[in-house]
Amino acid sequence: MVEAGRSPNIEILTNADLLSLKGKAGNFKADIVQRPRYIIADDCTACGLCTTYCPRHQVDDYNEGLNITRPIHIDYPQAVPATYYIDPRSCLHLTHETCQICVPVCQSKAIDFSQKPEERTLEVGAVIMSPGFGRIPEDTLAKYSFGKHPDVVTSIEFERLLNPSGPFTGEVRCLSDNRHPHKIAFIQCVGSRDIGCDNGYCSSVCCMYAIKEAMVAKEHDPDAEITIYYMDIRTQGKEFDAAQKRAEDKGIKFVRAKVADVMPWGNHLRLTYSTLDGTHSFKPFDMVVLSVGLESPPDADKLADMAGFKLNKYNFCDTDTFAPLATSKEGIYVAGAFNGPMDIPESVTQSSGAAGIASGLIKKQRGRGIIHKSYPDEKELGDEVRIGVFVCHCGINIGSVVDVPDVSNYAGDMDGVVYYTESLYSCSQDAQEVLKEKIKEHDLNRVVIAACSPRTHEPLFQETLKDAGLNRSLFEMVNIRDQCSWVHANEPGAATDKSKDLVRMAVAKARHIQPLPEQTVPVNKTGLVIGGGIGGMTAALNLADQGFNCSLVEKQDSLGGNFKTLSHTKKLIDLVKKNKLVTVYTDAQLQQTNGFVGNFTSIITSGKGAKVKEYTLDHGVIIIATGAREHRPETVLGNTIKYSKKVVTQSELAEQLEGKGKNRAPDSIVMVQCAGSRGDDLNYCSKTCCTTAVQNALRVKEINPDSQVIMLYRDIRTYGYAEDLYQDARQKGVLFIPYELNNKPVIAEKGSKLSVSYFDPILQDDVSMSPQMVALSVGMVPEETDTLSKLLKVPVTADSFFLEAHVKLRPVELPVDGVYVCGLAHSPKPINEIIVQAQAASAKSAMPLVKGYVTVDPIVSNVDKDICIGCKLCTSLCPYQAIQMVKDENNRPKAETIVASCKACGICASHCPTFAISMGGFTNEQLNSQIQAFGQAVMEKETEAA
Amino acid sequence: MAKATKSREGTVMVLGGGIAGVQAALDLTDLGYYVYLVEKSPAIGGVMAQLDKTFPTNDCSL
Repeated sequence: MVEAGRSPNIEILTNADLLSLKGKAGNFKADIVQRPRYIIADDCTACGLCTTYCPRHQVDDYNEGLNITRPIHIDYPQAVPATYYIDPRSCLHLTHETCQICVPVCQSKAIDFSQKPEERTLEVGAVIMSPGFGRIPEDTLAKYSFGKHPDVVTSIEFERLLNPSGPFTGEVRCLSDNRHPHKIAFIQCVGSRDIGCDNGYCSSVCCMYAIKEAMVAKEHDPDAEITIYYMDIRTQGKEFDAAQKRAEDKGIKFVRAKVADVMPWGNHLRLTYSTLDGTHSFKPFDMVVLSVGLESPPDADKLADMAGFKLNKYNFCDTDTFAPLATSKEGIYVAGAFNGPMDIPESVTQSSGAAGIASGLIKKQRGRGIIHKSYPDEKELGDEVRIGVFVCHCGINIGSVVDVPDVSNYAGDMDGVVYYTESLYSCSQDAQEVLKEKIKEHDLNRVVIAACSPRTHEPLFQETLKDAGLNRSLFEMVNIRDQCSWVHANEPGAATDKSKDLVRMAVAKARHIQPLPEQTVPVNKTGLVIGGGIGGMTAALNLADQGFNCSLVEKQDSLGGNFKTLSHTKKLIDLVKKNKLVTVYTDAQLQQTNGFVGNFTSIITSGKGAKVKEYTLDHGVIIIATGAREHRPETVLGNTIKYSKKVVTQSELAEQLEGKGKNRAPDSIVMVQCAGSRGDDLNYCSKTCCTTAVQNALRVKEINPDSQVIMLYRDIRTYGYAEDLYQDARQKGVLFIPYELNNKPVIAEKGSKLSVSYFDPILQDDVSMSPQMVALSVGMVPEETDTLSKLLKVPVTADSFFLEAHVKLRPVELPVDGVYVCGLAHSPKPINEIIVQAQAASAKSAMPLVKGYVTVDPIVSNVDKDICIGCKLCTSLCPYQAIQMVKDENNRPKAETIVASCKACGICASHCPTFAISMGGFTNEQLNSQIQAFGQAVMEKETEAA
Repeated sequence: MAKATKSREGTVMVLGGGIAGVQAALDLTDLGYYVYLVEKSPAIGGVMAQLDKTFPTNDCSL
């Protein structure tokens, strides 16, 4: 978010509504209107004084109405843009033309009631729709006493209760009487899988977020008794089942039941529910959390009308399985929950994918609209250290506790400090100009700023340094807000002393800082895609669409992977073969890869028998799309399985049903779910088997309506729109019977007869039958990820799927820069999700190729080869493979940092036995002088005492 | 010393500034395009900004 706020190439238009969207792909015109904030964004320093003085109260929407705020406010301190705004619905001046107290209060004169709505026309080549989702209507929640009893809350309200910035600063309290709730119930599928409110679909995210919220609530109060009432636990995502298991281990109870209602009951709530065996029970709770689903956004109709694309029957954006990010209008793409309910990693993946396709569409325009920033040449430093110290008041944030003038004067007496001053807001726009002037006026060559957190503000100040012709490394930041005025708010004297200590240490370090060169490494603008299934082909074609050459390596003798028979696959194969930018290698294996992002060299072999040829490929990026294959367990739920015409996997059944045989749909069939998945043999859920099984069941019923189809399952995971298929199958008479792991179905073969027996929880009795066929939902296992993981030095999970760099925010990147993953090699998933991931991986991998070079953060490790003894300790410890061994002129081994791969973690420097490695910006000299400066005060105090 | 060489070509509009929109905008700039990020509320971040920790890293969602 902060990154988006800082980018010179993103113009954030808040308070803005789309009025119209006209034109066609490559050339759209969008009219928008920006409603006034009544605050001049550039002048607002977000000090918060205005909110303190504003006399009017208003419900705090950010806190889901659980709190109050003022009409002039900011939702939360880290908001982007970090500018306050005035809510015209409640401001006394805007509603009654009175008040205006805020105007004189604002010290930076940022309040402007004369602002009017501004209309603008944007000319753009492509559009990405990401309006998110809407709320489940309140009348759907009413049967659970929502709105009637304050202790029935939605899951988003509960998020706010858990949050430290929430209404009770992170304490979970009942809204009725402020007590801590002891017994908490979660009700799943509120507003989802509910035909009553026309939401037949499953919202896909609620099971997982309920588990997360329950776990966090348990962290807040380990004694809390939490029960989750559910129909099916749908934790089909990667590693989600493991999280559910952890929740169970923590004592969170999961009860399979339908909740009839929730009624106020004295000081408590009474929850009535019915279980599978037909019994009704009720339980008292202190708080009930409704796991509300995701509704289509409220303005979906208007948006679709304006832009000219189609919606589906649930009012989400209509897309095709094989083009999951394209709306029905060319040039307009969709990402996130508007494309159907989904969680954060999937939204993020869709966004990258959509950005990639948009980029392919208008690739001829690439680079024409962006702003390139240029900086003056860095000036020569000279021998004299000339430090400038700037101490910030941060309005009253620091200044009301820390004696800022005292700290500033203290700094003035220090060696090397030639200029010192204090400022009200050192981050404000005009303060940057002052900083530049002072650097020039006093010929400063080191800058120390004592203010807030470098995490949020260091880049801003470093930017100003660069504008002033100084290397950005010549900067040291002291956090006297978080570490002094905030944590010692009640001890102003001590906070001031500590500020002085920190400033003294920073100045001591600053005396030794040296400019660090900004390093760039050129990039080879081609890609290597490993795996020629749907994922790999989609990724390769996308890279080609964006204008880049790539090699596609497939280990089989033809492209297509698992889905060779699909017509879409055939189309892709054709496109790949015709595409001049894609080179295909079949019967091919990756043998070796060396190098780093932008500069990989790989050796592959291709061909069979005597015709095997070796190729050396230079490329900048790697996309792994090695896929997975059907798992064929020999034992299923404790039963030994002999695969035959009668005992088949779901894919074999699908093939049989597609055929022309007369009796291809059996008269009776039992389908067994999780045959090998979810702890039976494989630890994980294979995600696609439930939907595939339901599709097959429907197909059987279609061909042979009298067929008896029984599905034995643990949780039916037809998430998203696949829930419609599940509904349909139940209506068509497919029997769904859940089994428990402590009472597994028994599958046996006696002579030519199959027999299946299971416990029916509705009949509360054992049932035995002899079906014509048994179809096993066997799940999938990744293909050879272990070999590739070693070759490319990328990690895999315990289940042998590739482990992404960050599960939520970097879902298709691997921890080694320049290596990306998509499709089944990442985790089991259906075709549309494979395609999205492939599109995302190709978009991400195109970034270094578009840029043409990789920039290296100057804080990298640096080996002094004169001191290095070549012990290789650092190479073995480096988690990023960023240190290689080279031979010096005397043929002795020496360590060398690959700067493009180094993440500056410092492990090598801290372990080097000869201190041969130092980190740019954190050299031993700098750190030692900083520590000595800290000790100086202690010594001075001791001398004084003596 | 920003030098605006912005033309009307090579721009993309992203409608909605939640996590999906923000990610799309960032990726588009990395792919060489100028982005208008249009958000109806006073700040970007959407629902994600309201969440407490996120699974499984417990990262702050901001």
